Amino acid sequence: MSVAEAVLASSLKTKLRVDHVSMVFKRGGKSTPVLEDINLEVKDGEFVCLLGPSGCGKTTLLNAMGGFLSPTSGEIRADAEIVHGPDPRRIFVFQERGVFPWLTVEGNIGFGLFKLPRAEKEKRIAYYIKMVGLEGFEKAYPPELSGGMKQRLEVARALAVNPDMLFLDEPFGALDSITRLVMRGELLRIWETERKTIIFVTHDIDEAVQLADRVVVMSARPATIRQIVNIDIPHPRDISSARYLELRDSIFKQIGLAQKK
Amino acid sequence: MRGITNIGVRLRPFALIAILLILWEIAARRQSAHLLPGPWGVVHGIADLAQHGLLVKYIVASLFRVTWGFLLAAILAIPLGLTIGWYRRAEMALNPILQVLRPISPLAWIPIAILWFGVGDLAAIFLIFLGSFLPLLLTAINAARSVPAVYVNAGRNFGLGPVRLVYQVFYPAVVPQLIVGLRITLGVAWLVVVAAEMIAVNSGLGFLIIDARNAGNRYDLVVAGMVIIGVIGLLLDMGMRSLEKVRSFRWGYSED
Ligand SMILES: Nc1ncnc2c1ncn2[C@@H]1O[C@H](COP(=O)(O)OP(=O)(O)OP(=O)(O)O)[C@@H](O)[C@H]1O
Ligand SMILES: [Mg+2]
Repeated sequence: MSVAEAVLASSLKTKLRVDHVSMVFKRGGKSTPVLEDINLEVKDGEFVCLLGPSGCGKTTLLNAMGGFLSPTSGEIRADAEIVHGPDPRRIFVFQERGVFPWLTVEGNIGFGLFKLPRAEKEKRIAYYIKMVGLEGFEKAYPPELSGGMKQRLEVARALAVNPDMLFLDEPFGALDSITRLVMRGELLRIWETERKTIIFVTHDIDEAVQLADRVVVMSARPATIRQIVNIDIPHPRDISSARYLELRDSIFKQIGLAQKK
Repeated sequence: MRGITNIGVRLRPFALIAILLILWEIAARRQSAHLLPGPWGVVHGIADLAQHGLLVKYIVASLFRVTWGFLLAAILAIPLGLTIGWYRRAEMALNPILQVLRPISPLAWIPIAILWFGVGDLAAIFLIFLGSFLPLLLTAINAARSVPAVYVNAGRNFGLGPVRLVYQVFYPAVVPQLIVGLRITLGVAWLVVVAAEMIAVNSGLGFLIIDARNAGNRYDLVVAGMVIIGVIGLLLDMGMRSLEKVRSFRWGYSED
């Protein structure tokens, strides 16, 4: 097998597999079906966006993939193992709300590194502080940081444990539009250097088309997968190209139909 | 110029106190019936107590009782409250009992305290314990309940076991609220000790006040006792407040 074939084979390996997953929430005798027969296969190193109307079940699906919820029926496998709970190989980024306010920037990034020897830990902390551009803020506490900085901090904390997968739930939703643009660029840069598998929830169509290899368009609740759109535009993407606009408009139409259902 | 105005601003509270003291002295001297001793009389009273060795003795006695009652309450109530808050069902089951016990002033327990422990330190410590236990328990329950699920989930996600999860996520997340609860409760304990000492023991600042009145109407000593109680209460509060300034706790006290 040639090197190119080996690379191809590994990049086509299935990283995450969602098989006939349904989720029904029961509360006070009333049951709400939220996910209905979701099937999805994510390749190693792939960047997938989940896109759908508000309240359709994107967060629920992501929580199930991350191991925080177990599906009512069906199963989720990561690296062919059934997902039973959260795992450091798959880190969930909870918008900026997940950083620990009682730890400094350094403390947060080092949080998941408790098994490493001290020198190695410090090296990694320094490396990721630099990667996300938080130099000079090592000793700062999160309340002293801006929203975008906290977001980068949380991403750095996730990357520091060297996970295979990242789950991001509308990570840039709370940021202003300029910071959001910058953060998308940063995320792509990090993804290109580290080649993690990324599942990214958004309800912003442009964001999905700018970032993802594939966009999973979901219907209104109970969510089903309406369509999976391949975004066959190489990075960096020209957001005024005809292909970009075409893909965006087709997804726009899909979402419009999804809302009506 | 700026420096001078700054000092002016800082001195303002002291200037106000000085003015009030002068007004108090004038008022005390002008009235013929001795309704209240003047500040000068109070200073004499404090000096008198110090000379007889009672000042330090009574302060130590009161602080001793507060320390024990408060510490015992904290050691029991905080772990218990945190556990109850963590398990929501336990909280729901206990809530009615707590709500009935809460409005009962710890002073209502004085007869029972004396019945059980006799007149002495133990009765006073017991009363302070009672007065501190419930507020601390409620603080701890609320603190545990309000830990955001994101923090716990993030901790679990990074592979923390139960012990690490408690020490590295749960505990730091509740500390700021606990400190506020401890500060307020210490204030309550200080109120309770004075009342308890008026009835249940023969020493301490509360005893000083009641004794000064009973044994010869020494109102200068009564007010001296009040002033000392106020100053010590203030110092205790300042001590606890300084904990709120620790950098890794400060996030819990949002300025907005
Ligand atoms: N624990 C729960 N118990 C009951 N219902 C729930 C629970 N969690 C979520 N739901 C319901 O499931 C539906 C989907 O919620 P979810 O948070 O997954 O939506 P979403 O697609 O992420 O929405 P948004 O874009 O607004 O974040 C909602 O109607 C919500 O009310
Ligand atoms: Mg959501």
